[in-house]
Amino acid sequence: MLTIVCPHCGPRDQTEFRAGGEAGRARPADPSELTDAQWAEHLFMRRNIKGAQRERWMHAAGCGKWFNLTRDTRTHWFGR
Amino acid sequence: MRVGQGGARIDRSRTIRFSFDGRQQTGHPGDTLASALLANGIHFVARSFKYHRPRGILSAGAEEPNALVTVGEGAFAEPNTRATMVEIYEGLVARSQNAWPSLGHDLGALTGFASGLFPAGFYYKTFLGSSRTWTRVYEPFIRRMAGLGPAPTAPDPETYDKVHAHCETLVIGGGAAGRAAASAALADGRVILIDEGVAGASLDGVRLLDRTTAFGCYDDHLVMAVERVTDHLPPSQRSGPRQRLWQIRAKRIVLATGAHQQPLVFPNNDLPGIMLAAAGLIYLRDFGTLVGQRIVMVGSSDGADELRAAGAEVVEIEAISAAHGRKRVTSVTDGGGRRHRCDAVLMAGGWQPAVHLHSQMGGRLAFDAEKHCFVPIREEGQAHTVGACSGDVLRDRPPPPIPGSKAFVDFQNDVTLADIDLATREGFVSVEHLKRYTTTGMATDQGKLSNLAALTRLAHNLGGAPGSVGTTTFRPPYTPVTFGALAAHDRDQFIDPARVTPLHDWHVAQGAVFEDVGQWKRPRYFPRGSEDMRAALARECRAVREGVGLFDASTLGKIDVRGSDAAAFLELVYANRWASLEIGRCRYGVMLGEDGMLLDDGVTARIGDEHFITFTTTGNAARVLDHMEDYLQTEWPHLRVWLNSVTEHWAAAVVTGPRARDVLRAAATDVDLAPAAFPHLAWREARIAGYPVRLYRISFTGELSFEVHCDARVARVVWDALVAAGEGFGLTPYGTEAMHVLRAEKGYIIIGQETDGTVAPDDLGLSWAVANKKPDFIGKRSLARPDMSHPDRKQLVGLTMVQGVAEGAQLTAGASDTDMLGHVTSSYRGSLDGQPFALALLAGGRARIGSAVYARCDGRSVRCTVVAPLFHDPEGARLDG
Repeated sequence: MLTIVCPHCGPRDQTEFRAGGEAGRARPADPSELTDAQWAEHLFMRRNIKGAQRERWMHAAGCGKWFNLTRDTRTHWFGR
Repeated sequence: MRVGQGGARIDRSRTIRFSFDGRQQTGHPGDTLASALLANGIHFVARSFKYHRPRGILSAGAEEPNALVTVGEGAFAEPNTRATMVEIYEGLVARSQNAWPSLGHDLGALTGFASGLFPAGFYYKTFLGSSRTWTRVYEPFIRRMAGLGPAPTAPDPETYDKVHAHCETLVIGGGAAGRAAASAALADGRVILIDEGVAGASLDGVRLLDRTTAFGCYDDHLVMAVERVTDHLPPSQRSGPRQRLWQIRAKRIVLATGAHQQPLVFPNNDLPGIMLAAAGLIYLRDFGTLVGQRIVMVGSSDGADELRAAGAEVVEIEAISAAHGRKRVTSVTDGGGRRHRCDAVLMAGGWQPAVHLHSQMGGRLAFDAEKHCFVPIREEGQAHTVGACSGDVLRDRPPPPIPGSKAFVDFQNDVTLADIDLATREGFVSVEHLKRYTTTGMATDQGKLSNLAALTRLAHNLGGAPGSVGTTTFRPPYTPVTFGALAAHDRDQFIDPARVTPLHDWHVAQGAVFEDVGQWKRPRYFPRGSEDMRAALARECRAVREGVGLFDASTLGKIDVRGSDAAAFLELVYANRWASLEIGRCRYGVMLGEDGMLLDDGVTARIGDEHFITFTTTGNAARVLDHMEDYLQTEWPHLRVWLNSVTEHWAAAVVTGPRARDVLRAAATDVDLAPAAFPHLAWREARIAGYPVRLYRISFTGELSFEVHCDARVARVVWDALVAAGEGFGLTPYGTEAMHVLRAEKGYIIIGQETDGTVAPDDLGLSWAVANKKPDFIGKRSLARPDMSHPDRKQLVGLTMVQGVAEGAQLTAGASDTDMLGHVTSSYRGSLDGQPFALALLAGGRARIGSAVYARCDGRSVRCTVVAPLFHDPEGARLDG
């Protein structure tokens, strides 16, 4: 079980957190301007990086806040 | 046989009685079951997994593959315990396993004579035939024949504990190296030392956990260990938990787990009496027991003089080409063909460091050709290994394996050298494939005494150097762990708590039959007298349609939405319009995922300018709040909105039916209930029994309805007042079953029943709830995708038929077609006429209204007529009562 550092609560067990997938995929400001293909790209496609990846996590059993962190998908090693 | 003196671990001044296979035996405090049996001259204690071969005690520790026994009786019985790890106590009852009718005369041993039928991969070769033959004949046969001890059938009456601990240094292994490391680490802070056996002297400042096995190392230096708290005590002296699961986070881990001496491979190397040389010496030194009178030593002669001094005859030989005997070794043939009579063999096949925990942590291994074993590679971030575990082991020079019939590599899974060779010939040249095909190393002993030999043989067969094929992955647990310890307190209500409403006791007193909705206990129906569900359901439905009913809706999810941007936020998370909603009014809304599919539905009421309360599906409350929080925090953090779950704070009672207003008139004060003053989809404050309540005119039955929401702490008072007020009007409590019938007749959907994540609002005829003129809301862009307007999308329809159909039944156009057009989502009998009707999702359903489809269930085809999904009061005239 990983130790994840919540920026608000400090290091806690992984079971307190929920993973939210790749970070940095902002919702387009005006989705109606996107073509169907662009919207599908935003909606369904993820990069699935092998290596250091920015991820969204939420401290579900703690403060309830979403935050971003970097995790190496090969080693589980967090860039702290 | 016990010798006259010696035995560091036993207390010779006292005698303990125990039984094995019904026979009374004696031992001393400090004995393990294995040492006590050996002291009584018993080597033959088990039958092997596959061939039912006689097996003895091979080792003196955790690595034991053979001597698996059942300890305890009845619900307290624990199968498959290693006799080498069981401390005896007065009255201990142990039994052998996998033998019938007895250990000595086991009919299962006949499989040994037919062993040609059971080579490596025999599952794939011998048991051919139809899948029916497999499930009916082969599998039951294999399950009976192959195996370990049966699990007790009664629930485990023991209690277990779970503890979290933190330390700077965790040392695993309490031998000399581990104790030295623990003392040295004190300078860095808290130290915990774990040992599998009985602790030696305490170490100042070190927290010592004995009878504790660290069975798994997980990410970020989390170690799981199980402490056997009372297993070594007679049942009468036990108190507190039987075992305790430790979850220890350490900054630094030191592994002092030692090394396992390896057996030698030669024909009949599994006969009782043949054991590891180091184990034979442990039994002498620690337990004062000689494992035989005439002992053959092979591979190493360390300790031969000690054995002789204790009274044994010892013969040292270079190699064994075969062992002989039936239920105990009686002689061996040496490398030169000479036969030696004996009653025990001590074999030394080299030492393999116990690198399991190191590998579980991601540590890598190197093969040390000099010592013929895998040793840990030291790397930054990994555990620190010390002592024998680090590769500091003796350089035994084991003789090479001798092929032949029944030369065992893996004792516990009955894998022979010939099986390894066969697998190589058949092309299983990867260690992971070899393991899965032959099952070598896959038994509960995790290959502690077999992996090295198997991997060395595979490398040899492939023409490579030992170690050239790598190792299989080491996975937790290091030794078997009871489910009880893993679960500890996390069972029953503690792992799956029951949620009850504040009105639960009333429902129980009324004799309600409950159903589980998520974790909630909800009354399904309230039978009167000898009513069955169908009779109760008919009565409850009729009461609502013709009189008035009372329903506990407290489980409804409730989210309090406040802030100056509350309306703007709701505009974004719901497909409906909210800005225009007046204070005192409420509106049905649909919530979509970004993919345009229905996520939830429910009513939202405007309490104030900057204050809304939104109701969610019972089972969806947490998910909806999470969804809203996610967008609020990550996409629109500039919005000034605060969300709070208030599901448990508000209780809700639904008063519904043509006479609902009469009941409210009798119960509520400070409110004008006239339709003009309090219209459908409005809410008003009122008082019931003196307590403030909110009344919502929301209908999930199609009848005039008032939802009475109040502080959960006064729910029972308010409910009782409603019941009292309803007495003259025949107010009838009803459950979720009637609720379903009543809502389905109105075509009202339930999220998760009419939806499955692929259903968009228009599919359910809910386009009216989608405000397409809004510039944006979650899911809006997806609704514009071409597929959303495809005429063949599955649409909600009603079905009528002469006999009921099952929910989930597939729909086809013809009675014997196989092309699936949709499925039945809800199926009930009418509230008043008792006629079956259903809701369904049907491809191009709205265009099929008036035509027939067939519902396929239980091998029958039921003809159904497609109708609009509305079976009651199509004009909605009854909503005002």
